[in-house]
Amino acid sequence: MTSILTYTFKSLPSTSKWALRFSLRPLSCSSQLWAAPAVQTKSKKTLAKPNIRNIVVVDGVRIPFLLSGTSYKDLMPHDLARAALSGLLHRTNVPKEVVDYIIFGTVVQEVKTSNVAREAALGAGFSDKTPAHTVTMACISANQAMTTGVGLIASGQCDVIVAGGVELMSDVPIRHSRKMRKMMLDLNKAKTLGQRLSLISKFRLNFLSPELPAVAEFSTNETMGHSADRLAAAFAVSRLEQDEGLLSDVVPFKVPGKDTVTKDNGIRPSSLEQMAKLKPAFIKPYGTVTAANSSFLTDGASAMLIMAEEKALAMGYKPKAYLRDFVYVSQDPKDQLLLGPTYATPKVLEKAGLTMNDIDVFEFHEAFSGQILANFKAMDSDWFAQNYMGRKTKVGSLPLEKFNNWGGSLSLGHPFGATGCRLVMAAANRLRKEGGQYSLVAACAAGGQGHAMIVEAYPK
Amino acid sequence: MVASRAIGSLSRFSGLRILRSRGYICRNFTGSSALLTRTHVNYGVKGDVAVIRINSPNSKVNTLNKELQSEFIEVMNEIWASDQIRSAVLISSKPGCFVAGADINMLAACKTPQEAAQVSQEGQKMFEKLEKSTKPIVAAISGSCLGGGLELAISCQYRIAIKDRKTVLGVPEVLLGILPGAGGTQRLPKMVGVPAAFDMMLTGRSIRADRAKKMGLVDQLVEPLGPGLKPPEERTIEYLEEVAVSFAKGLADKKISSKRNKGLMEKLTSYAMTIPFVRQQIYKKVEEQVQKQTKGLYPAPLKIIDVVKTGIEQGNDAGYLAESQKFGELAMTKESKALMGLYHGQVLCKKNKFGAPQKEVKQLAILGAGLMGAGIAQVSVDKGLNTILKDATLAGLGRGQQQVFKGLNDKVKKKALTSFERDSIFSNLTGQLDYQNFEKADMVIEAVFEDLSLKHKVLKEVEAVIPDHCVFASNTSALPINEIAAVSKRPEKVIGMHYFSPVDKMQLLEIITTQKTSKDTTASAVAVGLKQGKVIVVVKDGPGFYTTRCLAPMMSEVIRILQEGVGPKKLDSLTTSFGFPVGAATLADEVGVDVAKHVAEDLGKAFGERFGGGSLELLQQMVAKGFLGRKSGKGFYIYQEGSKDKNLNSDMDSILAGLKLPARPEVSSDEDIQYRLVTRFVNEAVMCLQEGILATPAEGDIGAVFGLGFPPCLGGPFRFVDLYGAQKVVDRLRKYEAAYGKQFTPCQLLIDHANSPGKKRTPRGRQEVVGPRVKVGRRKESELWPAGRLPHPALHP
Repeated sequence: MTSILTYTFKSLPSTSKWALRFSLRPLSCSSQLWAAPAVQTKSKKTLAKPNIRNIVVVDGVRIPFLLSGTSYKDLMPHDLARAALSGLLHRTNVPKEVVDYIIFGTVVQEVKTSNVAREAALGAGFSDKTPAHTVTMACISANQAMTTGVGLIASGQCDVIVAGGVELMSDVPIRHSRKMRKMMLDLNKAKTLGQRLSLISKFRLNFLSPELPAVAEFSTNETMGHSADRLAAAFAVSRLEQDEGLLSDVVPFKVPGKDTVTKDNGIRPSSLEQMAKLKPAFIKPYGTVTAANSSFLTDGASAMLIMAEEKALAMGYKPKAYLRDFVYVSQDPKDQLLLGPTYATPKVLEKAGLTMNDIDVFEFHEAFSGQILANFKAMDSDWFAQNYMGRKTKVGSLPLEKFNNWGGSLSLGHPFGATGCRLVMAAANRLRKEGGQYSLVAACAAGGQGHAMIVEAYPK
Repeated sequence: MVASRAIGSLSRFSGLRILRSRGYICRNFTGSSALLTRTHVNYGVKGDVAVIRINSPNSKVNTLNKELQSEFIEVMNEIWASDQIRSAVLISSKPGCFVAGADINMLAACKTPQEAAQVSQEGQKMFEKLEKSTKPIVAAISGSCLGGGLELAISCQYRIAIKDRKTVLGVPEVLLGILPGAGGTQRLPKMVGVPAAFDMMLTGRSIRADRAKKMGLVDQLVEPLGPGLKPPEERTIEYLEEVAVSFAKGLADKKISSKRNKGLMEKLTSYAMTIPFVRQQIYKKVEEQVQKQTKGLYPAPLKIIDVVKTGIEQGNDAGYLAESQKFGELAMTKESKALMGLYHGQVLCKKNKFGAPQKEVKQLAILGAGLMGAGIAQVSVDKGLNTILKDATLAGLGRGQQQVFKGLNDKVKKKALTSFERDSIFSNLTGQLDYQNFEKADMVIEAVFEDLSLKHKVLKEVEAVIPDHCVFASNTSALPINEIAAVSKRPEKVIGMHYFSPVDKMQLLEIITTQKTSKDTTASAVAVGLKQGKVIVVVKDGPGFYTTRCLAPMMSEVIRILQEGVGPKKLDSLTTSFGFPVGAATLADEVGVDVAKHVAEDLGKAFGERFGGGSLELLQQMVAKGFLGRKSGKGFYIYQEGSKDKNLNSDMDSILAGLKLPARPEVSSDEDIQYRLVTRFVNEAVMCLQEGILATPAEGDIGAVFGLGFPPCLGGPFRFVDLYGAQKVVDRLRKYEAAYGKQFTPCQLLIDHANSPGKKRTPRGRQEVVGPRVKVGRRKESELWPAGRLPHPALHP
């Protein structure tokens, strides 16, 4: 995920869209077209379980996702999170004191606000009596924030949770080198002038070379784009396939000193010919992953209000969706770094007792076009299922007409810590607009991890 | 500057590395290819690109032999003649091997230098055609690309290699006592520069793909792929082919240039090489360095320098001519025969002839975290074995764990491992002071102090906690295994595993079986040893087993020679100039004088006169004064931390003076002193074969060279007898016997052998030998030559 860091700046000028395959769906395309899926008999009418609390999403918001280095570039992460929280308060009118707990996901941490959830909550005017913590799990950090909240509600510890995520890639912590830090810390402790001078005498010019945030997987030293390129090659996804391959929860954000931002700015229209001219970004000179078919570095924040169903109803809310079964998976961080959805999808379906046919809405996180296509191929391969997943048969092919119809991370942007909430809100809103009972949300994350969750429509 | 770089790169070269070779593979391919068309090489056409696939039948590796060569020429002629084809890709169908080298049997069949030179010339001609091909040829390299394989690749117009650990490039011919004879000596210097080419050819080192890219040896790298819709290896080769085809097209269309952009350093180096004076200086320095390190005992490195020089100074034609001629000459030398013999022996000792054990060892436990215990732990955990390291004290355990960590961390510094891999490997090690989890152990290796009662104590303690199937192995250099096993409830599960120090560097493992040791126990020990990357000799139990027993009479003679007034420095220089990697006096210091004394006493008791000669008193006095060798800072020499120079220990003078014996002038020439040492060693080795301690002479050679540093150029004691002549060895022994007595009496087997001329090889011992010409077709190539090398041969302290 962080790997994209280095290449964003290259991708900035190249405007592109993930064209043909998935997103040749004009925004104007009326939702009625999609609204009446063929009547299917579901394996289950609902995933409600006896003696377990139903957990609902009351509503969720996000501030516009912007290319990093644009309107949000002078802000700090908690500013974005604060904006999302304020938006949520405004949208839901939830009394601040009702919120039992606040959880935020983030990936690249601003060291000044390492518990960014708490700083943002205080700034957004939540009660200082409401505890808040921050979680991190790469691209599925916000998912982890939500499921942590689900756990707190299910176990009866809390009734009302605010979960969200934030990422500000316009600014990342660039540190002094370890040697320099060590010298500075030692200087702090030095008592006499002599000690200080002797420490300073050890200074070398190379101490000044800065340390950038890791762009590579820690365990394998490979950048994610590089891994995605190899993954695409492993599944024989061609450059053309990759190159072939949109908003109701957005709240406006008045950026101090700048205009109010109301829309995402990442969608990059481009032609196949233009995309084909781009040079490979990671494996040079013959790789297939380019700036156009990768998600770009993004600033953004999201937040959602999660409640026990009875509490929401008691407070007079009309919930948007149920949060149901979820799973986390992990696998080899080298060769299967980005195959999380492939592993998580069958697992969560089996857990919920559903089949692929029961799912009306698919919302998958797309890190790279090649990655998502590789996941499709992996799920559609008996060989892969038998040799790597311990399954007798393949997971199955995904119906593309139900897949990421409102755009995905490639077109909307991918603020690492905040994407999870966007996925779940898109799933909930699509279920309401397009009709249907169940949605499957899935995502991959650095470290070779993955997540999937079933979102169930709330009866209208 | 260039000169100093050349020297720097050579500094790692030493005669000891002679044994790491995989360039030449011996295959007894006898199937006639006349009936089946093209069994070795085939091609298909993709668009306008011909994809030539090399696939030696019935083998895991591709080797260049006559059949392959002729088929390859046929295929190339078709490709050159075709109007449809504009470029070609050369790729192997075997994962993990591009071409592992030329077929060594092509040389074995040659009787004269002229015949061998002919072999070289055929290779030269074929590769010259490739080099001059008007249709660009891309070599797509996955796996080992060695010897003739690399010479083939560098004749192509472009090279693309997989960036993984299996893909290595090198010209290891020097390790077999020959030179790259198919144009390698001429093309390599042009491709990577003279200093780097010398480094490759004189050390025979294998170069990983990423390094090869930096050197300019390959033009592009391809990352290995993970699992997709096919097994990773299969898909990776396909992907390599796809990439290579696109580059071949690009080259034919002139969209890609095969010329490489040179860095500043390279430009400077190649400029410097245009100055004759600089070149002369480089040749001179390299020659001096080689001379110093090989002591003139190995002819191949000097000829390589000569041939490279001829090519550069007198042009291509002269260079190729010199290459083939010198190749022919070298192929007929004793040294190359000795080295090739060792190669075959090593192949043999990398196999488990006892079959697969009933239960694979997954949980290993090691008792004693000393130098040996920790060393064994290190070579086990890095192969994925779960290992318990148990010691009696926390301090001892901590030291051992640190040793393992340091060993792994050094690999990280050399970029052979990532820090993450190091941590993950280190997590296979559990350090503890008690016997917790020993009930899950499949094998226990004890490496406690060399004391029989202590070994008995731990054996009893361990047997109380381990499961029935668990093997108990004792790491000892001299204590007889049957004595250790005497207190065991299950002697069939007791075996000796004699490691050599430092364990992570020394390749040899001597496995000792008693009468009662079961075959399955032996199979299990060999399997573990192979997993640890060892070359294994399996010997019968007896005092000193094989290795220690051979060394002891030689050490006895060392003492005698010292007593006769030859100084340690002189003695060291005599032994190293004979080809031993470490001088005899230094060896005693490295092994530890107390250990040497201990062994000499034990074996002296067991073998009596034959181990006499030198006075034990010398060692006893040294031990009494605390001169234990390197470990105590003083032995024959004085050792100082951080200082490489060692001075003689002047306190030894009085000890030596007190024990002085008159020298016998008739057997005290330098040469006689050398032969007194070597013949005693050799005689004892043959005695071990005679008594059935050794199963085969091949194992005897491997044990002596890899465990004790017997001169590799002599090929081991048995090969030495063959090459030097059994009769001459017997004559020498008789001469010394006349002067000194029974310790020099030649053993019966040696006498028999001398009396039956015509026999090519020392007679075989108790078991049938698999012979030096081993069919090694179906083996995992990577298991063969681990990247270890032969440093100080030393018994463990």
